[in-house]
Amino acid sequence: MFRAARATFRHGVHPPEHKELTGAAPIRRMPFPSEVVLPVRQHAGKPAQVVVKPGDHVERGDVVAQADGFVSSPVHASATGTVTDVGWWPHPDGSSCPAVRVAVEAHSSQIARERRVPDWKGLSPEQIVRAVQDAGVVGLGGAAFPTHVKLVPPKDATITTVLLNGCECEPFLTTDHRLMAEQPERVMHGVRIMMRALGVPKAVVGIERNKPDAIDAMTAARPTDLDVTVLPLTVKYPQGAEKMLIEAVLGVEVPSGRLPMHVGVVVQNVASAATIAEVFETGQPLVERVVTVTGRGVRRPGNYVVPVGTKLADVLEFCGGLTEDAREIVFGGPMMGVAQGRLDVPLTKGTTGVVVLTDADVRADDALPCIRCARCLDACPVYLNPSTLGQLARVERWEDMERAHLADCMLCGCCSYVCPSRIPLSQLFAVGRGMLKRRRATP
Amino acid sequence: MTAPRLLVAASPHLKAPLSTARIMWTVTASLLPVLAAAAWWFGVSALVLVAATVLGAAAAERTFVGPGRLRDGSAVLTGVLLALSLPPGLPAWMAFVGGAVAIALGKAVFGGLGQNVFNPALIGRAFLQAAFPVAITTWARHRQGFFSLAGDTFALPFTVPHPLDGTTAATPLGAFKFEGHATGFLDLLVGDTGGSLGETCDLAVLLGGALLVALRILSWRVPVAVWAAVAALSALLHAVLPADAAWHCPDAASMLVSGGLSLGAVYMATDPVTSPITRTGSWVFGAGVGVLVVLIRVFGGLAEGVMYAILIMNALVPFIDRATQPRVFGTRAAPQEAKP
Repeated sequence: MFRAARATFRHGVHPPEHKELTGAAPIRRMPFPSEVVLPVRQHAGKPAQVVVKPGDHVERGDVVAQADGFVSSPVHASATGTVTDVGWWPHPDGSSCPAVRVAVEAHSSQIARERRVPDWKGLSPEQIVRAVQDAGVVGLGGAAFPTHVKLVPPKDATITTVLLNGCECEPFLTTDHRLMAEQPERVMHGVRIMMRALGVPKAVVGIERNKPDAIDAMTAARPTDLDVTVLPLTVKYPQGAEKMLIEAVLGVEVPSGRLPMHVGVVVQNVASAATIAEVFETGQPLVERVVTVTGRGVRRPGNYVVPVGTKLADVLEFCGGLTEDAREIVFGGPMMGVAQGRLDVPLTKGTTGVVVLTDADVRADDALPCIRCARCLDACPVYLNPSTLGQLARVERWEDMERAHLADCMLCGCCSYVCPSRIPLSQLFAVGRGMLKRRRATP
Repeated sequence: MTAPRLLVAASPHLKAPLSTARIMWTVTASLLPVLAAAAWWFGVSALVLVAATVLGAAAAERTFVGPGRLRDGSAVLTGVLLALSLPPGLPAWMAFVGGAVAIALGKAVFGGLGQNVFNPALIGRAFLQAAFPVAITTWARHRQGFFSLAGDTFALPFTVPHPLDGTTAATPLGAFKFEGHATGFLDLLVGDTGGSLGETCDLAVLLGGALLVALRILSWRVPVAVWAAVAALSALLHAVLPADAAWHCPDAASMLVSGGLSLGAVYMATDPVTSPITRTGSWVFGAGVGVLVVLIRVFGGLAEGVMYAILIMNALVPFIDRATQPRVFGTRAAPQEAKP
């Protein structure tokens, strides 16, 4: 049995949850916009390669960019229409990225063309992995790591457990919550297929205790013929980080610099599981996802199924627009999400939420020097010394930061969150990582 | 839809409400019970001294660190803490100089907030001890009435203070060390003794400290370590040193509640800037302070040792921190297996 009494990791923070805005809002479908923009980079790994040209007619579910190698993922048209352009477009990570623009056919039924859906029971693990990659499934928790890669463990690793991540520890977000509460059978079906692909006898679904309806629904939907456990976890950020989740559920630390597979675990997001189930139910690739549009700065918050590539402006318009005091729009959660500077960026496969923060939310205090109060040390889930790392960053001693285990930082932002002197610690660490990477690239 | 004026900042986009300035002002406010006790026992002189040190500290902060920085509250806190460590009859002008020196030599020369090695209030006190050795060891009697000025509060700068015959008394530690006279535990606890402004009433100090611990502003590890070390070592020395020997030690209970131990343990040794940042280091640091306090009180030439104990341990903080860095997640020595 699991050490349910523990059910969490050490350190971390507990920001106000703000989930009441959308936690009870059923998932609704957002109408198709007049245009979708599909960046070739919507996943960790090599960007996809565009296979369409302007003027091509595409149907919902057609491949517009194909995977470039194994650690890559294809991109599919999320709506039926005509390719108008293939070129650079603003990307939600702040950069630009080649993207396929599709003018959506106004009166299309948007029903995907008939596909041959193989019965997953008759497929080998390799064939399942192939089908998952072909469907463009990536981790829907935010990091967007190609899901199929994590279904193929290296030869030297023995996987014993699939860990389903239903923590959703970021404040505001409720997509996984609603998905588990409304479609637990679909999530469990995805779990079943994952267990089959990995040849693993056991699965654990970790859900934070602030989602009791999701815990109940998922517990009721457990397959009777498989060893699947639903484990309620303490509400704490970043409970959904892979290493923290593994510590909470199995009580082991993933060694520094190693992957969860090293301790026999594969972690997958619950929404990714639901998407895999969909792939084998209807053959529909990853062309839409559930997004929480929330925050006190948006007039009609809710949980919406949004076609991938829908532009931020269209999403906000559907949700009633911004309030007068809306100040910052974040893709993802407020702890690790990326602030957006323009409204024509598309939502991608990794966009878990659109959080609109108000002036009151982002009110800033003066930045002061570090007073060594140790709050960051007490918050850091991987036991770093952010205070010292921050002071090293200020004097650009990147190599010293590397020796102080900068590589173990997950950029979760706990240190910046608690810092009473408002030192942008995790931002400094991201800069440090960038500088080290650049130095290694140019010897 | 027209684009609003959007903020594009790095994550995290939310911040915990507690700011450094709020920490400083809250600690200052938590000293109100101590200030009240000081006013109760020593009268209006206590309040005059607090005003003098705060003015001195604020003036130095404004001059050497910058006018905008008074808002963070750290200079005012230093001033109040310095005053609480001074004898009630000290001339106010000396207190003003002490406050200015505390900030100028204790903080500004190191680069301002967060950069100093030593506790600024104790630097100010150490300066006064060196500059005015007589005045700072002259202890005006307590309970002289609220409006009767203790000693030389308003002495003009650089005049020779007139002797305070009949209105001075030894502190409990001095009385024990030099006269072999012990003070009652209850008197020590409530502060019905001579001594520095903020150190006599341990109850008020503990009240303020408990408030800060409840607000999660104060690290409780340091004071607990200090008290534990003092209790253990003084109990040992009390048992082994004969009462009539040249060196002898009061019992542990008296040691804990006499002198500036509570004030030092709760408010000085816990200064985050000048104490270790690691949890293990906090224990080491606190224990070190406690041991040094007992050693100085029993074997040293001074009756009281809290100030030097903390300053010495301040100097060791970088070494303590270096030796007690946290173990990074996933770097346990022995490889571990999943135990489902």
